[in-house]
Amino acid sequence: MPPTDASNPVPYEQLRYARLLDITSKIGFAALVAGFVAYAFGWLEEHVTVAELPRFWGLPLAEYLARTDTPTGWGWLAHLHKGEFAGLIGIAVLAGCSAVCLVAVIPVYVRRRDRVYAGICVLEILVLVLAASGLLTLGH
Amino acid sequence: MLLAIGASPAFAAAGAATEFAWWVWPLALFVVCFLLGIVAVPAGVGGGVLFVPIVSGFFPFHLDFVRGAGLLVALASALAAGPNLLRGGLADLRLALPLALLASASSIAGAMIGLALPAQVVQIALGVTILGIVALMASARKSELPNVATPDRLSAALAIHGVFHDAATGRDIRWQVHRTPAGLVLFTGIGVLAGMFGLGAGWANVPVLNLVMGAPLKVSAGTSSFILSLVDSSAAWVYMNKGAVLAVIAVPSVIGMMLGARIGARLLTVMKASVVRKLVLTLLLFAGARALLKGLAIWN
Repeated sequence: MPPTDASNPVPYEQLRYARLLDITSKIGFAALVAGFVAYAFGWLEEHVTVAELPRFWGLPLAEYLARTDTPTGWGWLAHLHKGEFAGLIGIAVLAGCSAVCLVAVIPVYVRRRDRVYAGICVLEILVLVLAASGLLTLGH
Repeated sequence: MLLAIGASPAFAAAGAATEFAWWVWPLALFVVCFLLGIVAVPAGVGGGVLFVPIVSGFFPFHLDFVRGAGLLVALASALAAGPNLLRGGLADLRLALPLALLASASSIAGAMIGLALPAQVVQIALGVTILGIVALMASARKSELPNVATPDRLSAALAIHGVFHDAATGRDIRWQVHRTPAGLVLFTGIGVLAGMFGLGAGWANVPVLNLVMGAPLKVSAGTSSFILSLVDSSAAWVYMNKGAVLAVIAVPSVIGMMLGARIGARLLTVMKASVVRKLVLTLLLFAGARALLKGLAIWN
């Protein structure tokens, strides 16, 4: 059983979630800043040079993608050596850290036989995985 | 400053952005977001609700990219605040998870709708929504400790209740909620708006948690922020998969807003919250009108 602290009314699974969220979000912020610094200072190859970007960032998304030949979905993973896509690593970590925290609290609910909240966590993870999968944005 | 940017002849022309070095706009974005971060905390609003209408109205970036960055601004703020809110009991996992599940699922639908609609339609809808938020913020009551005599059956079955330590009074406060089904329906709608416009939705979350469901105001504010970390994650993935996240817009915004929010949190004790709140309402009123007029092609 998880340790309990009679003086702290905050449930154990909530503290566990908080601890993991703290760690994963800090990793995400560090990756975000590192990726952007490498991009802005030209330390990495560029898909669209930063000097050219002002010609494109006012365009509607579809036109921007067509004119810059920017990959969609998880296509950016194949371009991690390029600055603008390296910057997406930090964003992906930030958008993914909640799923990691949810995975970590499921065993606590299961041990407590709290099937409803274990199920809610599983469903929330599925929603996040579905959103991240790119399946919903295919064909656009 | 925003007016100066908006009124600049260089800005008005469609190709205005090319008249400056590339780094001028991200730098301006960083400065504006830093200032927005400072006022957002004392005014009790998330950064996203200020970011999207102001940046889409006064910067040369397309609305699609501004909404993607807005979601990341709201997400980053929620993630940064989350651990302390959870540890302090001001965000409650049991209260948040069922609401966040529906809101995050509907935020995906909202993001897909928002990216599929013509920008002009989204701009008009954004203007109307922001003006609605101004009306809501200006008129909404708040209840520090709502009286919930009996929890509803659903919240009782889910054991949604808790205790939080109020540092201001030194008391442990027990709370429970009611009208949970209504809360679930309202959060589904809030998720659609958050995904569609790239707004953090604290402006809607807090009234629903506090006034509809009867959670104490501090628990409502903390839980609202935590729910945003889940809702905005789903919508952010949709924008990222669609290619609507440009690092050069999103990263300076996130960093500026977070640094500003740290200053704002320190100023919270010395600034008069009511004055800042009026300032933010004025800013939102102006930005909402700008979004609406831009969408209607009256003020381009």
